[in-house]
Amino acid sequence: MDLILVNLIDGLVTGLLLFMLSAGLTLIFSMMGVLNFAHASFYMLGAYFAYQISIALGFWMGLLIAPLVVGVLGAGVERYGLRRVHQYGHVPELIFTFGLALLIEELVQFIWGKNQLPYSVPDALNFTAFAISGNSIPAYKIFMIFISISIFIGLLYVLTKTRVGMIIQAALSYPRTVEALGHNVPLIFMGVFGVGTALAGVAGVIAGPVLGTFPGMAFVLGSIVFVTIVIGGLGSLWGALIASLLIGWITTFAKSYNIEMENILTGLGISKPESLDDSIFRDFWSLTSPQIADILPYILMVLILIFRPAGLFGKRSS
Amino acid sequence: MTVSDPRTDIPKGARPEEQITTDPSKPAQRMRSGSLVLTLAPWVIASVVLAILPMVFTNNSALTIMNQMSITIVFALAYNMLLGQGGMLSFGHAVYAGVGGFACMHIMNMSDFFSTIPLVILPVFGGLFGMGLAMIVGAFSTRNAGTVFAMISLGVGELIAACSVIIVAFFGGEEGVSGDRTYAQPFFGVEFLQQIEVYYLTAGWVVVSAALMYLWSRTPVGRMANAVRDNPERAEFLGYSSRWVRFYSFVASGFFAGVSGGLFAINYEILTEENLNTASSGIILLVTFLGGVGFFFGPIIGAIAFTLLQTVLSLSTELWAFYAGILFLSTVMFFPGGLAGLLMMHVPVFKLGKASSLIKPYLMTLLPAAIGLMGLAALVEMTFHYRHGATGDNEMTVFWTTFDSHTLMPWLVAGAITLIGLGIAKVTAPALREAWSEATTAGGAS
Repeated sequence: MDLILVNLIDGLVTGLLLFMLSAGLTLIFSMMGVLNFAHASFYMLGAYFAYQISIALGFWMGLLIAPLVVGVLGAGVERYGLRRVHQYGHVPELIFTFGLALLIEELVQFIWGKNQLPYSVPDALNFTAFAISGNSIPAYKIFMIFISISIFIGLLYVLTKTRVGMIIQAALSYPRTVEALGHNVPLIFMGVFGVGTALAGVAGVIAGPVLGTFPGMAFVLGSIVFVTIVIGGLGSLWGALIASLLIGWITTFAKSYNIEMENILTGLGISKPESLDDSIFRDFWSLTSPQIADILPYILMVLILIFRPAGLFGKRSS
Repeated sequence: MTVSDPRTDIPKGARPEEQITTDPSKPAQRMRSGSLVLTLAPWVIASVVLAILPMVFTNNSALTIMNQMSITIVFALAYNMLLGQGGMLSFGHAVYAGVGGFACMHIMNMSDFFSTIPLVILPVFGGLFGMGLAMIVGAFSTRNAGTVFAMISLGVGELIAACSVIIVAFFGGEEGVSGDRTYAQPFFGVEFLQQIEVYYLTAGWVVVSAALMYLWSRTPVGRMANAVRDNPERAEFLGYSSRWVRFYSFVASGFFAGVSGGLFAINYEILTEENLNTASSGIILLVTFLGGVGFFFGPIIGAIAFTLLQTVLSLSTELWAFYAGILFLSTVMFFPGGLAGLLMMHVPVFKLGKASSLIKPYLMTLLPAAIGLMGLAALVEMTFHYRHGATGDNEMTVFWTTFDSHTLMPWLVAGAITLIGLGIAKVTAPALREAWSEATTAGGAS
């Protein structure tokens, strides 16, 4: 029971972190119809910028400034890169963001080198918040949960209650009409792209100390983020939230409970073959859940795409 | 696909159809089908060149590079069946090549069966396995083109790449699967012990599979793939199921990807997880797009250029992936037609007989621009060396010049070269643009 609680908290942290990335990605997608492959790269840039700033000004200034810098960079990419490629259509747009992801990874290696950076949890948060029957929960995890939830609430408030949010939502569905009403739609697009990448930057700043700040960090998280928004339904904010939490919990639980395929199969009444060495199913019999924890999201995604192509909360199939 | 004009999904200037004349007195199709010499000439020339090449470049490393090139050509052409001809962007195509390669590796290790077949037909088995996997995946992934297809391809690619560490029986875990090609039945006495024999095998397969893929693109299915790419709705109204047309393209592409995997297995006699992962899929996208997706021969140029770039650059600089990334991004942004598109832009100029008027403006702009870019590259290399070089190791060599990167002088020189080179290019660029528009318009003073 106690272990379940600890895993719930761990899964929540992973899920909310995923959500901060997928929220921006899904917003950008529903607005421009372009899937930003470089989204996780902006997350990585957030962590690296925060590290560089934290050397000079400390962690808190990093948390404040780095997302802003990342957001401005993202807006610049939209203004001078994507808008130019947009005229060629969606496939070149996808290819452009893919190339951008490659380039940012190389750029980061060029500037900061290939090794992991010593970017660590600030002293103010480096203590144990509380313990659940011997399993200590660090304060930094609580801080991460707190930051992500407040960002989610803030985003929801801005999008649904303020005038800016109304215009953004209108521009999502009827860009031409909104433009005819006198709003600068390209500017809105640029702004949303900037805010989306800034959100990814925040995620990078707070995840960098825990998950490690290294050139591969975008790649590790990048494809999972896509899986998340596909499962949640492309363009749905709530779907992104549910899918992020789902993936966070599934992977955490699969890693901490050692469920063996052998037990499942014998439980189903299939008898184990005498000598496993010759059987082509030998790897299948010896599967354990921590082994497949990392590919569970992909399996989930393929299943979702086969049985419900629109995703959990998506409205349209494409 | 969300709201988009399907006609814009393929870069402008990259469509061969636009070049075909609509002058009713000279229908392009009739000329093409009537003249066998014109259709066959490129194939004959390519085969002859492939046969002669090993006599020009005799050393082993050149053979290795050429083998690598040939494998990439087959793979890139297979990839372009999807991207260029079918309008489907796949982020996990290495999986089909990889699975085909792994299957070939296992056949190599089944000594009883392997000793009864000649090595030459081994890639067919790779193709069949790649095709089988493509049929399974294509059954659900080809329902949509565009973003959804791209996502599924990425997900499936990641899934299978991750499986390679788990399903050890087939993928061999981290060390991969290795075998020995020489156990096959000798093919007319050739046992493929030497690199040169393998080269001719690979080259033969390049010609055969390129020809087959070209013929495929001329069949009604290949033609419909173009139609579905450009306007799926209209294709549906004509009575074709766009889903099945995509499925056939996907399966055929999977087959040839598998063939390239089989060739890889024959060449290197080992396959690992690296052949399946997203990085390999990304590279093939890069190669194909760099060459140009709008023309059949685009991926061939891309494969040759990229392999050369990779081998030459990676020998001389650690930063080659960085330059490749910049090249790729600027191709997407400024030349969406790729290298083939750039080449084909000049066809009308030659037809008008004005090519000679372009030589001087080209030299005046491109030469200084190239020198300026070299200066820029030198600056980048020096920065990299300054930041990441071992302490005390201040000597570095850029463009055959050795100097101390911690003194001011080289920085000034490189900076000056960059500024002057790019400056001259900027000044002469308007003249080039004028000469270009002059050369592409018919009539006038020549």
